[in-house]
Amino acid sequence: MLKSNDVIANDFVIKVANVNGTGSSSANSLLMKSIFHMGVPVIGKNYFPSNIQGLPTWYEIRVSKDGYVSRSGRVDIMVSMNAQTYLQDRDEVSSGGYLLYDSSWPREDRLARNDITLLGVPLSRICNEAFTSARARILMKNITYVGALSALLNIDHDVISDQLKRTFAGKEHLFEANMKAIQLGHDYAIKNFSCPLRFRVEPLDYTADLMMIDGNTAAALGCVYAGATLGAWYPITPSTSLMDGFTKFCEKFRIDPVTGKKKYCIIQAEDELAAIGMTIGAGWNGARAFTCTSGPGISLMSEFLGFGYYAEVPTVVFDVQRVGPSTGMPTRTQQSDILSCAFASHGDTRHVLLFPAYPEECFYFSLEAFDLAERLQTPVIVLSDLDIGMNDWPCPKLTWAPSYKPDRGKVLDEEELEHLEDFYRYQDTDGDGICFRTFPGVHPRGSFFTRGSGHNQYGGYTEDPEEYQQVLDRLRRKWETAKKFVPEPLVQTQPGAKSAIIALGSSDGAVQEVLEHADQPLDYMRIRAFPFSDGVQEFIDTHERIFVVEQNRDAQLKTLLTVELNIDKRKLISVLHYDGFPIGSDHVLAGLNGLLKESVRV
Amino acid sequence: MSYISKPRVPYAGIKRNKLGLTIRDYEGGMSTLCAGCGHDSITAALVQAFFELEVAPHQVAKLSGIGCSSKTPAYFLDGAHGLNAVHGRMPAIATGANAANRNLYYVGVSGDGDSLSIGIGQFAHAIRRNVNMLYIIENNGVYGLTKGQFSASADIGSTAKKGEQNQNLPIDPVVLALSVGATYVARSFSGDKDQLIPILKGGLMHQGFALIDVISPCVTFNDHAGSTKSYAHTREHIHETVRSDFVPPAEAIEIEYQKGSVTPVRLHDGSHILLRKVAPEFSAESRSETVSYIEKHQAKGEIVTGLLFLDEGPGDLHETSDTTEQPLCAIEYDSLCPGESGLEDVYRIYR
Repeated sequence: MLKSNDVIANDFVIKVANVNGTGSSSANSLLMKSIFHMGVPVIGKNYFPSNIQGLPTWYEIRVSKDGYVSRSGRVDIMVSMNAQTYLQDRDEVSSGGYLLYDSSWPREDRLARNDITLLGVPLSRICNEAFTSARARILMKNITYVGALSALLNIDHDVISDQLKRTFAGKEHLFEANMKAIQLGHDYAIKNFSCPLRFRVEPLDYTADLMMIDGNTAAALGCVYAGATLGAWYPITPSTSLMDGFTKFCEKFRIDPVTGKKKYCIIQAEDELAAIGMTIGAGWNGARAFTCTSGPGISLMSEFLGFGYYAEVPTVVFDVQRVGPSTGMPTRTQQSDILSCAFASHGDTRHVLLFPAYPEECFYFSLEAFDLAERLQTPVIVLSDLDIGMNDWPCPKLTWAPSYKPDRGKVLDEEELEHLEDFYRYQDTDGDGICFRTFPGVHPRGSFFTRGSGHNQYGGYTEDPEEYQQVLDRLRRKWETAKKFVPEPLVQTQPGAKSAIIALGSSDGAVQEVLEHADQPLDYMRIRAFPFSDGVQEFIDTHERIFVVEQNRDAQLKTLLTVELNIDKRKLISVLHYDGFPIGSDHVLAGLNGLLKESVRV
Repeated sequence: MSYISKPRVPYAGIKRNKLGLTIRDYEGGMSTLCAGCGHDSITAALVQAFFELEVAPHQVAKLSGIGCSSKTPAYFLDGAHGLNAVHGRMPAIATGANAANRNLYYVGVSGDGDSLSIGIGQFAHAIRRNVNMLYIIENNGVYGLTKGQFSASADIGSTAKKGEQNQNLPIDPVVLALSVGATYVARSFSGDKDQLIPILKGGLMHQGFALIDVISPCVTFNDHAGSTKSYAHTREHIHETVRSDFVPPAEAIEIEYQKGSVTPVRLHDGSHILLRKVAPEFSAESRSETVSYIEKHQAKGEIVTGLLFLDEGPGDLHETSDTTEQPLCAIEYDSLCPGESGLEDVYRIYR
């Protein structure tokens, strides 16, 4: 048990409760980036409403010298800026924690809790006195609480000033106004509280060579590096910032220096059906193309995904998962599209899936996705989620191997076609299930007919049972080949472990933390792709009891494992989380200890 | 079946175009449509048009959706890549394919079900983007492959084979296309090859979206008395506005024309379309006047045909997207990848 005066440096959680549309996100990111630039690992998670102005929004900053990136279940300092949620926010503060609120209207009697400390800062009053315009008074309230926190948490004044200088480069008056607000908050805290609090930031050097980036931006960057030239999309939360990122990077990197023309094309489609139709059209024509979407978009894209699978046209889809079913909660996170993506579309259809766990992997898996799509001549879906895609994560500096060349797979060029006797699109000449393809316009001998209707190995229309089945069986053979190409699972072991955890994607952060704190040694396998490579079966075979941690109600990963592999499903125990917030390490721990009501599911 | 290819035995003296190809080289597999189907005449017109334009077949991409009409790309230009997409989604495929490679000729073949019902959204949006392609609707007012249901182009009062009357307002693809900004709009009749071929050629050479609505009777389900899309009804009610001739770039226009009766329009590649007036009060220069002309004659039960609107002004998808002249699919990877220095920049921004 911690004593109330124990100093806790670089290991606590700040949560800011606010009203959306009041400019709080720039204040929160200033706070987070300032701690980051003191060399202390942080991660920020934004819990925002599907709304533009007026609804509650929260921002949670985990300061963790150990580099943990998941929620911990604790809130040590709550900044309560939204009267609508005062009581809920107060109740969430961990025992021994603090609640900072705008005491322009004192609420000590209502907010008091005997195991937490109230910090009243008259933010509105301070800002009304210091600033004249209505907008500035609202915006600066947020910057002022950052100023107060800088005193309370011991955040370096110069670092904050540097951050603001960067943000407002060339806008001196804005810089001055923001610094004034910082100073006012800081001075008030120094004068009225005993600063710093026992939760405080102490400079470290753990963030050198890290940057703070969200997964959508990193994935977009990956598309640029993969050589994608067409992005087609329909706006949908939480994937929109992926195409925004692609646009931004293309404007920076893809303008022809001589002509000023664009070496890319971005089309905002009329819907998701058209978006994927465009990427398939472009992929068929030899360009690398992608679309980004979320669950509802996957539903709409399903017919074309099946076409891509059967007609064997490469394309890349980013599914930044949000909460379903149906419209669900667009601004909340889940891993609930695993099954719908694996088998999207009617008939015997299956798709290659990649599961990045954090922004760095979003970048590298982007490249991987395009290479796999072309090597396997099929759609590849990258399943990210809102937590990875829209939150700022610490990310190591990305490195580039100049030797990288896109893997275009089996494509016959003009020269090869010139010397070929016959070309048949769906003939498997070497037994790996992958056939040679050609691009339109290259050579008269390369022409073939691409169709979603029954076709034989020559590319002709067929209703003949044997001819049809031959192609379908070959596609299954290609699926087996895919297992050798997809990213292997990552396995971590602990001495003496008999039990293990399996997880994928953004559940990784919570699992990593639990591995160090569980009361039993645990091995861990993070699945990174579907189809499952042979290592997955092997790992399951060699453990007695396996916790499958995932962020959906129906244990979709467990279902997929039991459907695809030959395993005794009684040894798989689900630890499920699906309330829309990212899974926390506390939740995983509770699941391991059998404390969750939904945790046992056979 | 469509995979049975026709024998390609050119007889001595068969005409060759400047590529050394005969008309046989522009044909495709055997049609599996019903004998007498209007679509086969359109296929033949396309074969003729491509042969005369002297386009290399492998420089063409043939695209379609689902339905009887969408089967036809298998029946022409064997030497071209073809793609038979999902129902109503050919425009998206065409848009993406065109974005990737601006150097090919794109011909999309669709039907009234494919374009005016399930695919009306994509149809309209491909027009808005002015995708550079020839888009043919083989319009017969009926769903053939599913045996005779009314389509969205069926006229009010037109009867089905078993006598049932259509009660819903028809969608006229020409009027729709004009209203969403199509830059080359025509209507023709599968039974009038002389009118159709120059319109097809002009559409292929037009820099932008060229819509040709071709009335193409369904001999099996919609060619009876009471149908307004039958051969007999169409022939009887056709109202031709202009007759167009296509003149390739190399040939000089030496035709003497009486002012006001023949108008030459220059296309981007230097070829010309000569518009010869059949209906004296008609002009293909105004979107709104064309719409009101069509509506006025429609009220009289007439089917207005000819090249009804043409505007070479607006830029196509590539012009509005400001993409490079070099097709996106042909750009060397090295010039697409920002390399190590790019990642340095990114690090500085996100640090």
